[in-house]
Amino acid sequence: MAKLIIDAVITGILTGGVYALMSSGLTLIFGVMNIINIAQGALVILGAYLSFVLQQNFHIDLFLGLLITMPVMFMLGILIEWAFIRPLKLERTMLSILVTFAVALIIEGVLGIQFGTSFVQLHAWYADASFQIGGFYLAYIYVFGFMLSVILLGGLYVLLYRTKFGYSLRASMQNRTAAELIGIDVERVSAVTFGIGVALTAAGGMAFGATTAFNPGSHYDLISRLLVIIILGGLGSLRGALIASLVMLVIEDVTSVVWSPVWASTVFFMLLVVILLVRPQGLFGQLEARKQ
Amino acid sequence: MKIIKITGLIALLAVFIAFPLVFSDPAVTIIAVFTVLFAVAATGWNIFSGYTGYIALGHAAYFGLGAYAMALMAQDWNIPAGYAPFFLLPLAGLVAAIFAVPFGWIALRTRRHTFVVITIAIFFIMQLMAYNLRGITNGSAGLTLPIPFDWSADFFNLPFYYVALALLLLALGVSWWVRNSKYGLGLLAIRDDEDRALGLGVKTGPSKLVAFVISAFFVGMVGALHAYFIGSLYPPFAFDALFDVAVALMAFLGGLGTLAGPILGALILVPTQQYFTLQFSENGYYLVIYGILFLVIILLLPEGILPTIRKRWIKWMAYRSQSGKIPVVAGTSGQEDALVAESSGKRDGVNL
Repeated sequence: MAKLIIDAVITGILTGGVYALMSSGLTLIFGVMNIINIAQGALVILGAYLSFVLQQNFHIDLFLGLLITMPVMFMLGILIEWAFIRPLKLERTMLSILVTFAVALIIEGVLGIQFGTSFVQLHAWYADASFQIGGFYLAYIYVFGFMLSVILLGGLYVLLYRTKFGYSLRASMQNRTAAELIGIDVERVSAVTFGIGVALTAAGGMAFGATTAFNPGSHYDLISRLLVIIILGGLGSLRGALIASLVMLVIEDVTSVVWSPVWASTVFFMLLVVILLVRPQGLFGQLEARKQ
Repeated sequence: MKIIKITGLIALLAVFIAFPLVFSDPAVTIIAVFTVLFAVAATGWNIFSGYTGYIALGHAAYFGLGAYAMALMAQDWNIPAGYAPFFLLPLAGLVAAIFAVPFGWIALRTRRHTFVVITIAIFFIMQLMAYNLRGITNGSAGLTLPIPFDWSADFFNLPFYYVALALLLLALGVSWWVRNSKYGLGLLAIRDDEDRALGLGVKTGPSKLVAFVISAFFVGMVGALHAYFIGSLYPPFAFDALFDVAVALMAFLGGLGTLAGPILGALILVPTQQYFTLQFSENGYYLVIYGILFLVIILLLPEGILPTIRKRWIKWMAYRSQSGKIPVVAGTSGQEDALVAESSGKRDGVNL
């Protein structure tokens, strides 16, 4: 039993890394633009299908394919922001939830027309093989996916804290009006941020698709988990999103071993309710940010 | 003016009552039943979300709870098919309302985005419960409800239509009362500025919770009637994420926080949706068209049909009465503009 639990903890941490990748884009978009991108889950699934197509039709390796899919998704993100988010003037916060939900429906519909509703999974030698370490069997894909997350999140860290764009982005996050006053083009920053958030889903989607079977409708489950993660971490807090991803996935995996897989997702959502009873602003959120 | 209004309302009601008798094709009346059902749900949803400004995207939870309550009561008490199950509707609504008390209490501790996400999370918890509590809900195998076989195909939709219409009148009555009462004024104050409303003595917590429970009651009854109409019940259809946003979209289309807006939204959206479902039965095309429709509505009419018309009307009246002078001086017009400016300037302060 103890061995099973340790195994679950390891798997939880490794998959948690991938969720951290997906949720960091979501929380970043929220932090800068004050909107929730409900399409994030659908974009993850879209990213997974893009990798699937590149692999099936052009025999491009999943990880190499990211060099193509990530820029494509970045452009798609900028397009979505320009076409659907920017025109919203009144009640932006609320309408953006509905607009991005509509985008999610369109993506789901297009994927359904193109690929049908049967489940697929990404395959590669590392997705189907595992190795043994200290008595535990680990699939290569989990380790590779985790490494990918670490690299991309590291890149994100450098971008945010070591570049001029990063300063503009964090300034826009802290105070939009003040950032505009000192000459930051907040609209441009918003567009690029949205693009980055969406580009991250391409990588997240590939890692997700290689570990889990998915179909166009999988995004409901995914976005609900991502929302729980970013709320728990505290909206707009990158560090919170990372920690919440790891904690939630570990708890879910341990629950499925100790109790039963069917209750694992329920525990995931229950935890949100329980934690918010104690801390309405999430684990790392600030109370001030809630009032505005 | 008042007489014109009342006559108009009675005429409208007569149209609603006569509709299935005039257009008696079952293919038409079935759409009419769904339309009126959604109008009830949207009106109920609007009592909470429209008036308080808290947008709940998890009301499918109460739709499903009402549906399961109906199915289980009919099953355990051996209710025969026919008119008897209609009398269970208030009970099913009550079950949904009772569940809404703790859920609302938890969710309403938070505001804005967090509130939206908690309502979604509660919705998912209930959906997972429907799958997992097999002893009660029979899991994904679902439940069946009594089916009134002795109603002919031509007649079948009519009882459902009129019961739904009665629910609509009830919901509309409650919504009207809330809109015109001191209680409703408190809700509107919460929408505009919750902290200030609290400071002015509005009991914000209980006010919000009561509105939440009322809206859950109506949505629960809609779920119950819908379940009896369909005759079977499965977790993904009882707890449907599309229902969450469909109801919100109807209220947004017609005009959030207005009395007739949600009904107008349902009248436009449900027949369109049913038409597309029939035309493009393949799931994908239907979703794409629905999504595009969604985007067009929100981007072109962000305030909804009724408020837009009202605003144009006021401006036009002011312009006409002031013709010859500069229209900007007109009192109402200027006031309206000031309101718009204020709400757009404060958009980040909107309580969710």
